[in-house]
Amino acid sequence: MSLLEIENLSLVIGKTPILKDVELAIAPGEVVGLVGESGSGKSMTALTIMRLLPHLARASGRVTFDGIDILAAREDQMCALRGDDIGMVFQEPMTALNPVKTIGEQVAEGIRWHTKASRAEAEERARKMLDRVGLPETKFPLSRYPHQLSGGQRQRVVIAIACALKPKLLIADEPTTALDVVLQAQILDLLRDLVSENRMGLLLISHDLAVVTEMSDRLTILRSGEVMEAGDTASTLSAQRHPYTRELALASMHMPARPKTHQAGSAKPLLEVEGVSRAYPGRRVSLFRPAQPVRAVDDVSLTVEPAQSVALVGRSGCGKSTLARMILALDKPTAGAIRFRGETITGKSEAALKPARRDMQVVFQDPYGSFDPRQKVEKLVAEPLHLLEKQPAKAERREMVAHALDEVGLGPRDMDKYPHEFSGGQRQRLSIARAIITRPKLVVADEPVSALDVSIRAQILDLFAELNQKLGIAYLFITHDLTVARAMSDEVLVMHEGKIVERGRTAEVLDNPRSEATQALVAAAPDLHRAIARRMQEQG
Amino acid sequence: MTMRVDLPDETLAGVLAKAFGNRSFLIGFAITLLVAAVALLSFVWTPYDVTKLVIADKTEAPSVAHWFGTDHFGRDILSMIMVGARNSIAVALVAVGIGMGVGVPLGAFAAARGGIADEALMRVNDLVFAFPALLSAIMITAIFGPGAVNAIIAIGIFNIPVFARVARAGALAIWPREFILAARAAGKGMTEITVEHILPNIATLLLVQGTIQFALGILAEAGLSYVGLGAQPPMPSWGRMLFDAQTRMVTAPWMAIFPGMAIVITVLGLNLLGDGIADILDPKSRRQR
Amino acid sequence: MTAYLAKRLIIAAVTLVLASMVVFAVMEILPGDPARLMLGFNASADQVELLRNQMGLNAPLVLRYLHWAGGLLSLDFGRSYTYSVPVVDLVRERVVVSLPLALIALALSTVIAIPVGVFSAGRQGRAGDTLAMGAAQLGVAVPNFWFALMLIYLFAVWLRLVPAGGFPGWNAGVWPALKSLLLPAVALALPQAAILARVARSALIEVLNEDYIRTARAKGLPYSAVLWRHALRNAMIPVLTILGLQFAFLLAGTIIIENVFYLPGLGRLVFQAITQRDLIVVESVVMLLVAAVIAVNLLVDFSYAVVDPRLRGRQ
Repeated sequence: MSLLEIENLSLVIGKTPILKDVELAIAPGEVVGLVGESGSGKSMTALTIMRLLPHLARASGRVTFDGIDILAAREDQMCALRGDDIGMVFQEPMTALNPVKTIGEQVAEGIRWHTKASRAEAEERARKMLDRVGLPETKFPLSRYPHQLSGGQRQRVVIAIACALKPKLLIADEPTTALDVVLQAQILDLLRDLVSENRMGLLLISHDLAVVTEMSDRLTILRSGEVMEAGDTASTLSAQRHPYTRELALASMHMPARPKTHQAGSAKPLLEVEGVSRAYPGRRVSLFRPAQPVRAVDDVSLTVEPAQSVALVGRSGCGKSTLARMILALDKPTAGAIRFRGETITGKSEAALKPARRDMQVVFQDPYGSFDPRQKVEKLVAEPLHLLEKQPAKAERREMVAHALDEVGLGPRDMDKYPHEFSGGQRQRLSIARAIITRPKLVVADEPVSALDVSIRAQILDLFAELNQKLGIAYLFITHDLTVARAMSDEVLVMHEGKIVERGRTAEVLDNPRSEATQALVAAAPDLHRAIARRMQEQG
Repeated sequence: MTMRVDLPDETLAGVLAKAFGNRSFLIGFAITLLVAAVALLSFVWTPYDVTKLVIADKTEAPSVAHWFGTDHFGRDILSMIMVGARNSIAVALVAVGIGMGVGVPLGAFAAARGGIADEALMRVNDLVFAFPALLSAIMITAIFGPGAVNAIIAIGIFNIPVFARVARAGALAIWPREFILAARAAGKGMTEITVEHILPNIATLLLVQGTIQFALGILAEAGLSYVGLGAQPPMPSWGRMLFDAQTRMVTAPWMAIFPGMAIVITVLGLNLLGDGIADILDPKSRRQR
Repeated sequence: MTAYLAKRLIIAAVTLVLASMVVFAVMEILPGDPARLMLGFNASADQVELLRNQMGLNAPLVLRYLHWAGGLLSLDFGRSYTYSVPVVDLVRERVVVSLPLALIALALSTVIAIPVGVFSAGRQGRAGDTLAMGAAQLGVAVPNFWFALMLIYLFAVWLRLVPAGGFPGWNAGVWPALKSLLLPAVALALPQAAILARVARSALIEVLNEDYIRTARAKGLPYSAVLWRHALRNAMIPVLTILGLQFAFLLAGTIIIENVFYLPGLGRLVFQAITQRDLIVVESVVMLLVAAVIAVNLLVDFSYAVVDPRLRGRQ
């Protein structure tokens, strides 16, 4: 018999339909993946099972958990289920814990509430649970506060809270999306172990097909609130019967066409970074002890040649973005020099930087934060034209904006719209249009596709590749995603704790990593091909 | 403490549509409009002449002839409230202007510059906030002499750090955004970014704070006039009317009731207007409903 | 002590010193010669000059400041020009009226506001919330001195429950004294309570939208338990900020309210001193009030650290 059974579940919030006739079942000890792009209704499905929906949401259909009709249950019945029989892990570990309570209090709270255990008993159980999720007493006493832990450690605390009472069902909503690949692999391992130890059912919600394939026995693919396909993971993904399943799988593994590859050493370097460091004043621990500076970037040297695409990869917090900002002259190095087109740009005044800025543009990660919501597209895309020697007249400016928009696949009529009228992928196109309007020689792209859904991501990667091929723009592609690095770059630099630990031709480095840091990255990186192959093998 | 500023992504038509659906805004706007209209009307017409003393009619209870009664000099209370509105609005409005005009550039500059400039501004702010505003306003008007102009200056000075603080907090929340980095990568300088990107995005915050300070200004002006340091007789002012009423609470309570209600309604209207604007333009508060 | 607390302490000290300089400077530029004021207009120039020397008014500016500031530290505020008694005696007499008044008002406003804020946040958008917040909106708009007049009319003139004004002194017994502070305290407290209730409500609502509230709900805690155990403490920070600001406002508010109720407090003293140009009294009382505001703000900063472990530094 199923542990959880969802039949004909439909959900509306206000008048907006969110879910339509969703079917899903989980047996005890089974891992079911729920996959879909943003807005597909994955999280709402989870919140329906927990009955933690927003006020205006109305659900219909049937949700049965362990014989209990969830949609008809009283609130006190739900309270008894939540945290005891159903545990839930959320996406954002940084904000999921109460900042003013210790981790011990937060883990013990649910135990005390449900079992009426004494404080001491509950704390003892909380201690055991924290030990189990990899937070040993010596380093992580119960008296720790969340702000004293890193993101990965906080997610372990959230998992400890969810699993403290050995629930029958664990719901994990994008549990690793906010973490880097190495932490992701660790957290997924932990979840897998906990599930098999306690014979829990696990509903794993993710946008990442590779992660779900690695983890789950069966999967359900959701799109715009409707189930597209559901079934056994290995056969569903190897057969790819449903067109949307095929589309998702292809997009996840997409490699844009880049016929002209760049030969290193073929030209004088466009960008040279020499022994660059960036230290930040550290947090003062005591009034009487000077603070230790934190070295975010530590003696880094690199070169990028014209038309070359270089990927800079590394775990979060390794200093990638700080380095990018220094290259863009948005931050000053504490040591070392950066040369662009043979000229030193470090320490130059804003006015003297203008010619360099004209040839060096930027694309950021967040398609929503990259545009001033108060300005129209024409003004936003034209902003770098400010760098030209001679300011174009209004008509000419419109012409140039229209041309740039055309190059990224948008129409001239988009010029008079506001950024909020575009989707995430379109905004990233706008971002690229803004970056190429001055015909730069180098574009620094800081995680330009990591906020995008896979199908959109494939399109944007194609666009990047096309512009590199057509216009000969060199890229410094900063990414934590090895698939993107492989798809986009001629050469890869691996950064770890502020230093560059490995460099070379992309395929060579990623296929035969030599440094420990690179090996860890490669081993942890989810890979759909590999995951499907492993699944097939397991099933024989 | 950092401040969260959610950037609205609305067109004018969308904003207007929401404005018409927002109860706070509609009521607040209507009251504010009414008070402003009454003040304007008082320039051309009042039921009675407020400069003429009619001792025969002194301290008359509300009647058909004098809706709100008369004061101890026989002046019509309604007419005095109408004329007094001018004074209240003018003082509070100019004081807000002073606060915004000086405070916003200061706050925006401190946020853009950071470092010592920012620290200095914050310390000066601390200093000003250490003086209870009304006490200092009383000192200032006592030093430079009572009168409407000095009241404006006294209230205005204390609006400066308020606006500086709001502008700084709002600007600090926007500076790290990616679109500001993009503007910097496009070679825009500190001033250009502040004018083109920062100020338009904190305009809502400033507008809301403006209505709050406007309302507080009306209260402060009334307080100053009440202790005899605001507008001087014979110029009618709401605070002064309450002072005159104080000793006559037993015999002529209407002298206190109606001017006070004028203050309450005006301040209420402005506060509702501010709440309404915040609701309409701030997506965060919208999420909360 | 953590770096945070040390920094706040230093800032408070610097602010206090700067404030004393400002007060001293303002008094310096004021027209009017204190010696002349004390002796009256019939005194001869020689007599005035003699007194100026006695009072140290001819010493260099810096010395006079240091002398004055040093006096403040040893509670020697000088002598009042008009009353010819040590200022400290005047202050001592008055502080026993003003301080209880401000404290009662602060306590009253907190006791009313916090439950109303919690009540409203828990019933967001429902009738109870709308009613409470409507009342709060009205309360914010009421000038406290007018509210005081209305209270006098209602309770003293009409119902004759409490005295309309005046202060019998604490020697007359605690209850009569408290009774005469009751209306002034209510008049001061209610408008402040309205502000505080609004702040408490919106702070709570903001906190209730946080991710960790959902985590707590997912643990199985019912809504009310989440509100009291998780939300309230996090919502305290903005509430504390407003409480600190309100203390300064209440101190100033006492000036007007004491005038309405004829209470012999600090506010009335400073107001009379200003109109009589008794500058030494003004200086001293203003400095005292400013010091009180700075001390309360420091207390608020310290209480942030109690509420929020992130400010306590690393363990």
